[in-house]
Amino acid sequence: MTAPLDLSPAPGAAPLPRMILSQAGFEVRAVLRNGEQLLLTLIIPVVLLVLFGATSLLDLGPGRRIDFLAPGVLALAVMSTAFTGQAIGTGFERRYGVLKRLGATPLPRGGLIAAKTLAVIAVEAVQAAVICAVALALGWHPHGDPGSVIVLLLLGTAAFSGFGLLMAGTLRAEATLAAANLVYILLLAAGGVVFPLDEFPSGVQGALELLPIAALAEGLRDVLQDGAALPGTPLLVLAVWAVAGLVLAGRFFKWE
Amino acid sequence: MTPPGDGAVELHMLVKRYGAAGGARPAVDGLSLTAARGAVTSLLGPNGAGKTTTIEICEGFRRADSGTVRVLGLDPVADARALRPRVGVMPQSGGVPGTARAGEFLRLAASFHATPLDASALLERLGLAGHARVQVRRMSGGQQQRLSLAVAVVGRPELVFLDEPTTGLDPQARHATWTLIEELRAAGVSVVLTTHNMEEAERLSDHVVILDHGSVVAEGAPEKLTGAERQLRFRARPGLGLEELLSALPAGSAAKESPAGHYLIEADVRPELLATVTAWCASHGVMTEDLRIERRTLEDVFLELTGRELRS
Repeated sequence: MTAPLDLSPAPGAAPLPRMILSQAGFEVRAVLRNGEQLLLTLIIPVVLLVLFGATSLLDLGPGRRIDFLAPGVLALAVMSTAFTGQAIGTGFERRYGVLKRLGATPLPRGGLIAAKTLAVIAVEAVQAAVICAVALALGWHPHGDPGSVIVLLLLGTAAFSGFGLLMAGTLRAEATLAAANLVYILLLAAGGVVFPLDEFPSGVQGALELLPIAALAEGLRDVLQDGAALPGTPLLVLAVWAVAGLVLAGRFFKWE
Repeated sequence: MTPPGDGAVELHMLVKRYGAAGGARPAVDGLSLTAARGAVTSLLGPNGAGKTTTIEICEGFRRADSGTVRVLGLDPVADARALRPRVGVMPQSGGVPGTARAGEFLRLAASFHATPLDASALLERLGLAGHARVQVRRMSGGQQQRLSLAVAVVGRPELVFLDEPTTGLDPQARHATWTLIEELRAAGVSVVLTTHNMEEAERLSDHVVILDHGSVVAEGAPEKLTGAERQLRFRARPGLGLEELLSALPAGSAAKESPAGHYLIEADVRPELLATVTAWCASHGVMTEDLRIERRTLEDVFLELTGRELRS
């Protein structure tokens, strides 16, 4: 009835790139299948883009509304995947012993981190494609150098991933779930994503500009709205957050 | 026996203590054992005896405080990279993401190996073919357990660690698991498992190790542990004069009543002994019920060695 299985030992690890691609594909499918994750990564960004882009509910300052909104929503998309989604997903993998079990397979820990990073970038590519298509349909006219945009997005991804993994690897999964969602909402409200930072009092504004979400949103606006190349301050702010987050995550992440 | 350095697993004077040194009693306390290659070795013990801690040290998840650990001749922590492809691990619970589909996760695990088993054939063998596209969190505990076993063996390992592989399984699933373990052994795979199921240990094991309080209290082949002795058991009215009966039996025999009305005679059970016991009963007007001659079971040995009191 059952097919014969050759159980005789034939151990051996697959080549590392194949393991990484396989794990990354698994993680991308998990995100794209998960309704709550899609709400954060695609639905909320697109709704904000359409709601505030097609109406005058908000005073977005001088210039065309969609040219202000699209870079901010792209920054939000990076945060939702690299930080919120990754923190929650990895936190529950740790809680349910998945990280421990993967640790018993031939996939090395470095390979797992590489796979998670690849998966985040792949999901961001899907998000960027959808957001850009909606923004273009709403009359978006992006300017600037695509290379600068990619550098900003990658540096933003590194900054958010570091803190997402730090949270996932140190807090209880339930605490990570609550905290990661809270941070998402706070940074959405106060990080210059859709509400312009110059509406805040000037002292507060200076502090808010140092947030990674604000640096990413402002940097993307400098390039896409104003045609700047490699905006210095936002890149520096993001680089500091990225180094801090990744160093802390590397130091304090607990696998079980 | 296996020459030194050649066992699948060799532990020598292993100690592992949780919490502050000098605090609680060590979880593993000077444990030494050898699991031979190509054999099934079962670790038996009450809850808290140190079975899982021992297995997790062998898997490289925990470090021993002292003592030596050799798995396939290597150090599970320092040589983890070399060991991972060769060793399959089934943890006591969890380890499979709830949102993944069963077949998808098994194929992922297979993809980490050079020449894995066919995931569909393995699912079919374990009665999970119909669940390949079902999310893990929607599967029953027993189905998740079998998926976890499949993940442990899909890479065609030389050695597998199975931590309570059949706990909570229904009889069909338990037998499917036993068959797979017997086939692994026949194919030359070394198996180290923990269990509370004495029938499982007796049926599957080449070597049984009984642990208590973190060290080995007895070990050997199941038939060696249970011994060749037979015993006689019967039920009758409570309060028989056992001392009088004993005086009719050969020296060295033992008799006890526990619980009331249940009698156990431990002796060299021969036809004459049986005749003596039944004749004694007849002369006292005692009708015996359920009279049977049996060998000691592993459970008898286990309870004798580890006591009857409940463990937390």
